[in-house]
Amino acid sequence: MNVTIVDYNSGNISSVINSFKEVAKDKVNIEVTSDLNKIKSSDKLVLPGQGSFKSCVDALNNINGLVDTLNEFAITNKKPLLGICVGLQMFADIGYEETDTKGLGWISGEVSKIDNQNGKYKLPHIGWNQINIIKESKIFKNIENNSHMYFVHSYEFIPKDKNVISATTDYSSNIVCSIEKENIFGTQFHPEKSDKIGLKIINNFINL
Amino acid sequence: MLKNRIIPCLDVKNGRVVKGINFVDLKDAGDPVEQAKIYSDGGADEICFLDITASNENRDTIYDVVEKTSKKCFVPLTVGGGVRSVEDINKLLNCGADKVSINTAAVQNSKVVVESSKKFGSQCIVVAIDAKKNGEKWEIFTHGGRNNTGIDALEFAEKMEDSGAGELLVTSMDRDGTQVGYDIDLMSKISFKVNIPVIASGGVGNLDHLVDGIKLGNASAVLAASIFHYGKYSVKEAKEYLNSKGIPVRI
Repeated sequence: MNVTIVDYNSGNISSVINSFKEVAKDKVNIEVTSDLNKIKSSDKLVLPGQGSFKSCVDALNNINGLVDTLNEFAITNKKPLLGICVGLQMFADIGYEETDTKGLGWISGEVSKIDNQNGKYKLPHIGWNQINIIKESKIFKNIENNSHMYFVHSYEFIPKDKNVISATTDYSSNIVCSIEKENIFGTQFHPEKSDKIGLKIINNFINL
Repeated sequence: MLKNRIIPCLDVKNGRVVKGINFVDLKDAGDPVEQAKIYSDGGADEICFLDITASNENRDTIYDVVEKTSKKCFVPLTVGGGVRSVEDINKLLNCGADKVSINTAAVQNSKVVVESSKKFGSQCIVVAIDAKKNGEKWEIFTHGGRNNTGIDALEFAEKMEDSGAGELLVTSMDRDGTQVGYDIDLMSKISFKVNIPVIASGGVGNLDHLVDGIKLGNASAVLAASIFHYGKYSVKEAKEYLNSKGIPVRI
């Protein structure tokens, strides 16, 4: 099996690579590439994302044919894809960071700044927070409710259809931190930085 | 609920762990990769490497340490010391650092913070503020605490937030290495001044100091070196103690 981490110059992805390789050991081949043919032939995709919504969308668009390839992979062929952090946020129709930017439009909704309640809550939301699992998700197999995950973000994904939400976390409000819609998975937190429990989520995705 | 973080810091020189008392009298005490692994297995919320004499010496050894550590530790790794340019930051991130802390370069040229936070995202840019009390205010020191810039620490903190820093790592130069506790006044003043998280550093000698840093200093995270490094307390003990004092921690 091939799991491909999409390398589209979205900032620092070494931790994502290290964690997937740690979990995969020799059983699964982990590719890191922006090569469209390799992406197409892959069994599963990981879409990381750091920096702003706009910078990530711009980076995707900068690679000719990448967005079409991703659409074909996740929407037409319905193969498993995991978005992490801004990788998840880009599933939305639109993001408001820096300026209004169109997302991939896979899951209807928007990405807006977390309400800091006039400075009561510091932003970015950095650190370990508990997840409240509200829907069974394949990537949460053997993950206990209220497990701690590592977060670092200032913007949140607000999907229109609440049925896609698999977990929330409490910071200023109930922030969407995990979604599952058919073959599309996403986490706002960083499983690659969430210690053993995070590696378990990566393992669940690899073993889907 | 968001938990307060405990961050053990490892001072590294030439690829080996040391801990300076007031930044001098360095003692060699171990392999940083192994140390980091012990900390992360013990429940550390993040690991911090400070390449302590990096400003003056050949610092390529740190890249190797970061690369090896990031393959073994799956909690966030912050690396600082001698970071001069956007290219230095890029190199550390590529080796597997999750955040980079910038000290002297941020004071000399805030564009480094502006440009790097734009390029890599604020989430990986930590500005390290070394401050020392002078009368009624605190002044910024650079070059590992050797140069006094006369810059007001509170004003500088606000400027760094505006420049795109994701977090501030605030070290009291008066307290560093003394084990008498954080400069609570400095921590709380900076924390109330900015809307980004503040990591308290410098002066921890016992677990009550960690409690004070969070409760009185309003820090989001507490960083300490010696108390963990010399085995006075384990990270687990520290977390259990904070928990017993009503501070939310990841256990």
